[in-house]
Amino acid sequence: METVGLEQNNNTRPLWLLAELTYRCPLQCPYCSNPVEMAKYKNELTTEDWIRVMQQARKMGATQLGFSGGEPLVRKDLEDLIKEARHLGFYTNLITSGVGMDEARIVAFKEAGLDHIQISFQASNEELNNYIGKSKSFQHKYEMAKLVKRYEYPMVLNIVLHRKNVDQIRDILDMTVDLNADYVELASTQYYGWSRINIDQLLPTKEQLKNAELVAREYQQKMKDKMKVIYVIPDYFEDRPKKCMNGWGNIFLTIAPDGSALPCHAAGQLPGLEFPNVIDHDLEWIWDESPDFNKFRGTSWMKEPCKSCDEKHKDLGGCRCQAYMLTGDAANADPVCGKSEFHKKLHDDVEHIGKLAGDEKFEAKPLVFRNMKNSKNFTDKKTPETV
Amino acid sequence: MAIELKKEDIIEIVPTFRFQWEEVQNCYVVLYPEGMVKLSQSAGEIMKRIDGKKSIIDMIGDISAAFGGADVEKDVLEFLETANGNGWIRTK
Repeated sequence: METVGLEQNNNTRPLWLLAELTYRCPLQCPYCSNPVEMAKYKNELTTEDWIRVMQQARKMGATQLGFSGGEPLVRKDLEDLIKEARHLGFYTNLITSGVGMDEARIVAFKEAGLDHIQISFQASNEELNNYIGKSKSFQHKYEMAKLVKRYEYPMVLNIVLHRKNVDQIRDILDMTVDLNADYVELASTQYYGWSRINIDQLLPTKEQLKNAELVAREYQQKMKDKMKVIYVIPDYFEDRPKKCMNGWGNIFLTIAPDGSALPCHAAGQLPGLEFPNVIDHDLEWIWDESPDFNKFRGTSWMKEPCKSCDEKHKDLGGCRCQAYMLTGDAANADPVCGKSEFHKKLHDDVEHIGKLAGDEKFEAKPLVFRNMKNSKNFTDKKTPETV
Repeated sequence: MAIELKKEDIIEIVPTFRFQWEEVQNCYVVLYPEGMVKLSQSAGEIMKRIDGKKSIIDMIGDISAAFGGADVEKDVLEFLETANGNGWIRTK
């Protein structure tokens, strides 16, 4: 079925509201999905602003609300926001590192009506976990995860996988079993922003992935009915692109700490966007009318090879950020696609890193950690600190 | 672990799932961490009667009465099996 013009313009609704309450975070993970230029964002929305945003999104039909960041626990008004969100009928998800949490807050969140807590781990052992997050957080996370289950929340444990921890996937899964997780997200690093800077140190090898996939499948079978294991391989190794965010401006709405509305939390890096702000506009206008949310909606913006591709409705051309990063034009096909003229280069680059992986000198290259100082250096075009 | 349901079983919605009416979508939904399933009208009619007090057989009678004595047993059992498989419901 073909529609002409701004198709789906009035049919799509934001079902998922991601509230990035702050970019402040006690951790410094070198693959963070926050923008590298986060130091530029000075202002944070007030409690009243967030409540207005939640009311508008709920009225438009949003059901899922993620409190994220940065570390959302940094916000002192989190309990109030949860209470209001629950009152509005949202299913409320807290996406946290666990740092800044204690038993009293877990109880307070429960009283406020929080539905679910997702805790991230950086690894299954203290040393690597604390190294990656640059924070002595492992023991605390472990205790918090136990408490989350004691207070009968459904719990998701999220572990971002990369070359430095993917070989420990069995230990990681055993840890999630011990902690009685309901869901485990083994999220392969997506190479945007900070992780793109650190790709040489983070990209896993093909052999590592093959092994990881086998172990993940084994636990999916073994833990069926008890713990749902979600494992996604990094798409750099694929030939077909993913339907990123389920389509631009289709169901997903991110609000950045300063109130900028984005169709995806990584879209801040794309040139030519205006970043409509919830201080100046209501969500209805932002979603339906703003140039940003219509820019890559549906299929009418496509160029070849997407335009004439019979899979264009299936993957919607893949990821716009990846297209921009790897080809310089956000309207190009995602180079993960075998039909993209940039596909070969991507696979060559991946192979190149795969060959160097394990080499002592190559592995010794330091990580660029995600912190405001490094962000400021990037924003000012200075060399980032690596230690 | 999802267990097999018997008609005499009293069932309830597992508290880690939320079942509610959505005005904008005009349907009942089941909500869980970071996800949502929209329910058909008949599935909604079944789910809203799960209260931790009624047995499956009572629910079948109740739904049948609400729809002019229609034979709904097969549909109800089929849906409950799916719901059970998804972990949404459990016996009391």
